[in-house]
Amino acid sequence: MSRNGPIALIFHTAFIVFMLAPLVVVCLVAFTSKGYISMPTEGFSLRWFRAILENPDFIDAFLMSLYLAIVSASIALAISVPASLAIARHRFPGRAAFTAFFLSPLMIPHVVLGVSFLRFFTEVGLSGTFIGLALSHVIIIMPYALRLVLASVTGLSRAAESAAVSLGASNWTVFRRITLPLIVPGIAGGWVLAFITSFDELTMTVFVASPSTITLPVRMYNHITETIDPLIASLSAALIFVTVIFMVILDRLYGLDKLLVGRGN
Amino acid sequence: MAEAIARGKLIPPYLLSTPALLLYCALLLTPMLMTFLLSFNSFDLYTGIKPDYSLANYLEVIQDKYFHVIFLRTFGMALVVTLICALLGAPEAYILNRMANPWKSLFLLAVLGPLLISVVVRTLGWALLFGKEGAINQTLMGLGLVDEPVKLIFTSTGVVIALVHVLVPFMVISVWASLQKLDPATERAGLSLGASQFTVLRRVVVPQVMPGVLSGSLIVFALTASAFATPSILGGRRLKVVATTAYDEYLNTLNWPLGAAIAILLLAANVIIITSYNRVIEKKYAEAFG
Repeated sequence: MSRNGPIALIFHTAFIVFMLAPLVVVCLVAFTSKGYISMPTEGFSLRWFRAILENPDFIDAFLMSLYLAIVSASIALAISVPASLAIARHRFPGRAAFTAFFLSPLMIPHVVLGVSFLRFFTEVGLSGTFIGLALSHVIIIMPYALRLVLASVTGLSRAAESAAVSLGASNWTVFRRITLPLIVPGIAGGWVLAFITSFDELTMTVFVASPSTITLPVRMYNHITETIDPLIASLSAALIFVTVIFMVILDRLYGLDKLLVGRGN
Repeated sequence: MAEAIARGKLIPPYLLSTPALLLYCALLLTPMLMTFLLSFNSFDLYTGIKPDYSLANYLEVIQDKYFHVIFLRTFGMALVVTLICALLGAPEAYILNRMANPWKSLFLLAVLGPLLISVVVRTLGWALLFGKEGAINQTLMGLGLVDEPVKLIFTSTGVVIALVHVLVPFMVISVWASLQKLDPATERAGLSLGASQFTVLRRVVVPQVMPGVLSGSLIVFALTASAFATPSILGGRRLKVVATTAYDEYLNTLNWPLGAAIAILLLAANVIIITSYNRVIEKKYAEAFG
């Protein structure tokens, strides 16, 4: 099938170089042995990776992001599953409006959500709290979770469920023993996408995070606006390595294109 | 029994949606409404936010040249970034689609993978490349193309390049999705009827992937118009866009009502552009296929 001509291949090569160059540069600079931004021309050094471990600020922010992403992705999924069942399985007045409403955070710029949450949390006394931060993340990641769960519920055959009902199973038993196991792939995919979206979120979180709930992207953003040093490069490189491993696993399990089609749509 | 099923069917959907509805009403509708109201309040440097209502904040944004420049810059950049993403992303998706595995999946991973990496990290990469001693200037000077370092950091060119990098995967994925629906037989039919490769591309492929390009453009445009991290890190203080201006009003000047008005205007502009774009496109395709 490889019928791409030479011009197409040159274009393709340039495109791939463009996509990877900034990431490769970050990874190279991370290995510098010098005290300032430079290429590791005089041998590779791990000193800046060790420096990450000596910075409790970044470690704390990383743990906060991890915890926040796990909590908010789990809440988002727990809410998305029943909502998806309602939308995919039932025809009811307001169904289209519900769906549009649940997907609407995708249309709202994150900076607008950020200022709105800041005002809201200040008024109701949740400003600077973890619960406020987690709930604001749930709103942002709900559409991603909902869409993947919805897709798996929509494609589901109802034969097994009908059989269970006719054999006398209760609604809850049918859900627990039949429906839930069948939509687990959708739930897992939705959870992972929600987790990543929450973990990477900056624009909204910058408004809502307090010193005690600062996340890794916010911490890194604050650091970069003050100074760009090899420490931030090594931290970024570490994040790139972890993400790449994660990505390969995801690609094997789902196909990255299927998972990402329509992200941000 | 039939009645019971019918009744049973009508009650659960609302019950099932209740958690989501409650969450959205409390944490989306209420904050948005509060921000909308806040945008009509006034602000005093000494006493803070005053609970009176007027259009003063909106008038300030609409009448002040300072804000005109920011809004024009933001939407101008969004337009340029969208165009470049379409010109680069659509051909790349087409080339990827014609590759054989394992190259196809490998390169698809290379193009889409960056979406999973934090925008802060990707922008940092460009900040490193753009520096005076950065790889781009080293290469250009090494090749003798320029005599002195090209200034890219803190320029709109630099911000546009980085934004294209951040957002072009959305274009590729959108065009990719529409290419998956394309029947390769139509291309072969064109070729077997004596059309040149270019004619097939122009008359068969492009019209069929156009919906993908258009929906990708919408995503890229909306995300560029509200981008924060990239313009903030690479544009610095002087090259402000709408999102960074709202940020400054909230966290530096502390003039929340004015920041709220800027945010509401950004949201309104986004919604108007998205819905009118959708309407125009739908009309166009209704004519073509209706």
